[in-house]
Amino acid sequence: MSIKGKACIVGAYEHPLRKAPDKSVAQIHAEVAKGALEDAGLKKDDIDGYFCAGDAPGANVWSMANYMNLKLRHVDSTDMGGCSYLVHVAHAAQAIAAGKCNIALVTLAGRPNSEGSSGTQVRDRGVNLPDAPYEMPYSPVTVNLYAMVAMRHMHEYGTTSEQLAWVKVAASHHAQHNPNAMLRNLVTVEEVVNSPMISDPLHRLDCCVVSDGGGAVIVARPEIAKKLKRPLVKITGAGETTKGQMGGKVDLSYSGAVWTGPRAFEEAGIKPSDIKYASIYDSFTITVVMQIEDLGFCKKGEGGKFVADGNLISGSGKFPFNTDGGGLCNNHPANRGGMTKIIEAVRQLRGEAHPKVQVKNCDLALAHGTGGALGHRHGSATLIMERE
Amino acid sequence: MATPYQERKLRDPALNPGDQPYFDAAAEGKLMLKKCRDCGEYHHYPRGLCPHCFSDKVEWVQAKGTGEIYTYSVTRRGGPVPYCIAYVTLDEGVKMMTNIVDCDLDTIRIGQKVKVVFRKTEGGASVPMFALAS
Repeated sequence: MSIKGKACIVGAYEHPLRKAPDKSVAQIHAEVAKGALEDAGLKKDDIDGYFCAGDAPGANVWSMANYMNLKLRHVDSTDMGGCSYLVHVAHAAQAIAAGKCNIALVTLAGRPNSEGSSGTQVRDRGVNLPDAPYEMPYSPVTVNLYAMVAMRHMHEYGTTSEQLAWVKVAASHHAQHNPNAMLRNLVTVEEVVNSPMISDPLHRLDCCVVSDGGGAVIVARPEIAKKLKRPLVKITGAGETTKGQMGGKVDLSYSGAVWTGPRAFEEAGIKPSDIKYASIYDSFTITVVMQIEDLGFCKKGEGGKFVADGNLISGSGKFPFNTDGGGLCNNHPANRGGMTKIIEAVRQLRGEAHPKVQVKNCDLALAHGTGGALGHRHGSATLIMERE
Repeated sequence: MATPYQERKLRDPALNPGDQPYFDAAAEGKLMLKKCRDCGEYHHYPRGLCPHCFSDKVEWVQAKGTGEIYTYSVTRRGGPVPYCIAYVTLDEGVKMMTNIVDCDLDTIRIGQKVKVVFRKTEGGASVPMFALAS
C-alpha cells in the first residue's frame, strides 16, 4: 500500500519563542497544538490520532494526551530523535490510509536553551544500552560525533571548511528575513572559518543553535482537507530507516538517506531534480552536505562543491534550502530539527514563506531529517509533499 | 601551536551482563574482540549474538592491538581539557571508537598507525585507547 495522496498536511505552526523559561514543556506542546489547529481551522476534539516522541514529557504518548484531554483512536510515540516528526507524518498518512484515524496531531516542544543544554556535553542516554560501555569512557558528544564524519568526508573527497561554511552563509541569508530567528545577522565564509574551533573541523558557526520552542502539524484525510480553507499539501512519498556501526564495519561516508531518499522518490513517482524546495536537517553544516549527496541531488563526494558559492540561497542559487534559516540560524527546539523542516516546506508549498525567500511556483518539496548522530547511530527520514 | 595530551576524568562503563570479560582482559592489558565460530567474522562492540549471521557461537579472541586511524576529532570546547575521539581500524578489520592519547593532539592524522594502551576510568576500570605507533 502506498501513502501517495492518501493524506494532507492541513495545519502547521511554529512556536515564536526561542527562550521560554517560564513555560513548561507540556504547555509549549499544547500551545503549538492549538496554533496548528487554528491554522487548519479545526477544533481540538476533531483530533483522533496523536503522535509525539521522546521530547514529550515522560517520553510517552499518554502524558500529553492527558494534558490536552484528547480523545484518541490512534497513537504513535515512535522516537527517531530529531527526525521523529517526519516519521510521524508518514505514519499518520499510513494510519489514515488504513482507516485508523482521520485527523492526526504531531507535536514537538522543548527547552534546551533554558535548561543549559550544549552539544559539547556528554548526555546520559539511559540504562541497558549495549553500546554505552564501549563508548561513554571516550566522551562522545553531539559535536564530535558529527566532526568525525566531517573529518572523514574531507579526507575522502577533499571537502573544505570553506565549502561547509557556505551552508551557514546561505542559512543566514534566509534568517535575516525571519523576525523570530535566533540569529538574524548575515555571516560570511571568513566569519565561519574564523569562529572558534569547537571540535575539528567544525567551528562554532558550523553548529546549529540551541533553542527552546516547538512546532506542530496536523495531518488529515484528503476529503477533510478539501473542506478546509487552506492550500492543499499532499503527502506523496516517504522513507525511514536507521544506520549504525554495522557490527564494526563502520562507514561514515554515507547516511541512511541513501536508502530513504530512493524509497520516497519512487513512492512519489518523481526524481530528485523535480524538487523545487528542500528542507535539509542542519544540525551541523556537514549534515547538509552529506544528506544532499545521499538523497541524490549531486554525486557522492561533490556535496562541498554543490553547496558552495551561494547555491543554497533562495532567489540566486539553484537549490534553495531551509528558507526559515534552519537549525543553523532560526530554531532547533528540543535539540530536534525535524518538525521545523516540515513546517517550512509547508509554508513554501502554500506560498506563505517570506516573500524574499519564497520559491516561485513551489509545487513540490522535500523534507529530510536525521536523528541521533551520524558518527555512531542515527535515524533517517524523508518526506515528499506536493501542492495540488 | 601545539595541543599537548592531558589526562582527564573518564566515565565508568555501565556494564551489562556479558561485558565483564572484556574489561577484565583490559585490566590485564589485553584488547579483546568477539569472533563468530560459524561465519568467521569479527565484530565490535561485543555481543552475545553475531551481528553478521546471528549465530550464538561467538567467542572472545585477543586482538593484536594495532591498527590505523579511520577518523578523529579533537574536541577543544566544553570539557576541562581538549581530547581526541577517534575510530581506529584494527588489523583484524573492525573499527572501534576510542581516544588517541600521549601525543600533540594537533599532529593526529587519518591513516596514522596506532597501538593500544590502557587508561583507568574514575572507578578504576581499564579501557583501551590508542597511541601513535612510532
